[in-house]
Amino acid sequence: MAKMIGTIEVDIETCKGCSLCVEACPTNVIALADEVNGKGYNYAYMANPDACNGCTNCALVCPDSCITVYRKKVEMV
Amino acid sequence: MEAVINEIKKPENLVYGKTKVLTDNVMHYCPGCSHGVVHKVLSEIIEEMDIQDQTIGVAPVGCSVLIYNYIDIDWQEAAHGRAPALATAMKRLRPDRYIFTYQGDGDLAAIGTAETIHACNRGENIVIIFINNGIYGMTGGQMAPTTIEGMKSSTCPFGREPVHDGNPLKMTELLAQLPGTAYVTRQSVHTAGAVRKTKKAIRKAFEKQKENKGTSVVEVVSTCNSGWKMTPVEANKWMEENMFPFYPLGDIKDV
Ligand SMILES: Cc1ncc(C[n+]2csc(CCOP(=O)(O)OP(=O)(O)O)c2C)c(N)n1
Ligand code: SF4
Ligand code: SF4
Ligand code: SF4
Repeated sequence: MAKMIGTIEVDIETCKGCSLCVEACPTNVIALADEVNGKGYNYAYMANPDACNGCTNCALVCPDSCITVYRKKVEMV
Repeated sequence: MEAVINEIKKPENLVYGKTKVLTDNVMHYCPGCSHGVVHKVLSEIIEEMDIQDQTIGVAPVGCSVLIYNYIDIDWQEAAHGRAPALATAMKRLRPDRYIFTYQGDGDLAAIGTAETIHACNRGENIVIIFINNGIYGMTGGQMAPTTIEGMKSSTCPFGREPVHDGNPLKMTELLAQLPGTAYVTRQSVHTAGAVRKTKKAIRKAFEKQKENKGTSVVEVVSTCNSGWKMTPVEANKWMEENMFPFYPLGDIKDV
């Protein structure tokens, strides 16, 4: 059986911490960091990276286009 | 986990990244503002249709007045509300170019009502992208013609009351009545699914222009979380519950 695994990369300095990606993620991968970026925003990060399937929902809703998504098919044994 | 992530994070596995049509300038919009999502969708279409050198936008007055700093195409800046008049001239002079306007509801449905209606009635072969956040975002959240009944703004702090404040205007339905419009639709960008639909709609509008069909209007029901005094997530929920019943999503006209 094949499974999709994914990962995201957030451009921390352009993130405005709006939380729309957190809300859009169906598998609760993303959270806002306790730390802030150079502009003072609590930026988005993968709090639960194992759960990402690379669906791109987070990147689609991000107003500041700061999310890059990678996805790979892996064979389960 | 680090090793697994590095295994996935390879160029051949890239499925979504920022389009090159967007510049590297950081957008001045408030966190979570719908304008940024629509800018992105529009830029992706321009990239996918490979028309970056053939597209000229008309920027409005309103929060998106600086859109020309973010989308790397040719632009003209219109006086407040006059974008469809400028776009008319541009398309007539350069029919080989894709011409679109990008306008807020204050710009398109208040000060620019005449220009909007007459361009659509003449059936100018242009695309109008209409960002309806129900408010004047840039100037401090005043009531717009599109402010829905009961909605609070800085000039109707207790909520719009039609007897006193007049009725909200469904501009898009009105424009669909005009013989010059070819494609009229209302979309939103509050979920990933909605973003995909808006992308299809704007793409279709550009295709209509290519086929010389007349005016296409794509309304995007949007949030202005700062003006509405909500968080971006609350604003999306409020929009779904309150705006969509009055401004239902979907195609209104397609000829
Ligand atoms: C001739 C003229 N009248 C009034 C203004 C003030 N003004 C600037 S933006 C704006 C309304 C913008 O609202 P909207 O078009 O809904 O765009 P938003 O900021 O919400 O994106 C107004 C009235 C102006 N700049 N020029
Ligand atoms: S949607 Fe974009 S800007 Fe908003 S928190 Fe997520 S990554 Fe940051
Ligand atoms: S790609 Fe999909 S699963 Fe992964 S973080 Fe984004 S929304 Fe969540
Ligand atoms: S005031 Fe409203 S429309 Fe303007 S940038 Fe902020 S959220 Fe967006």
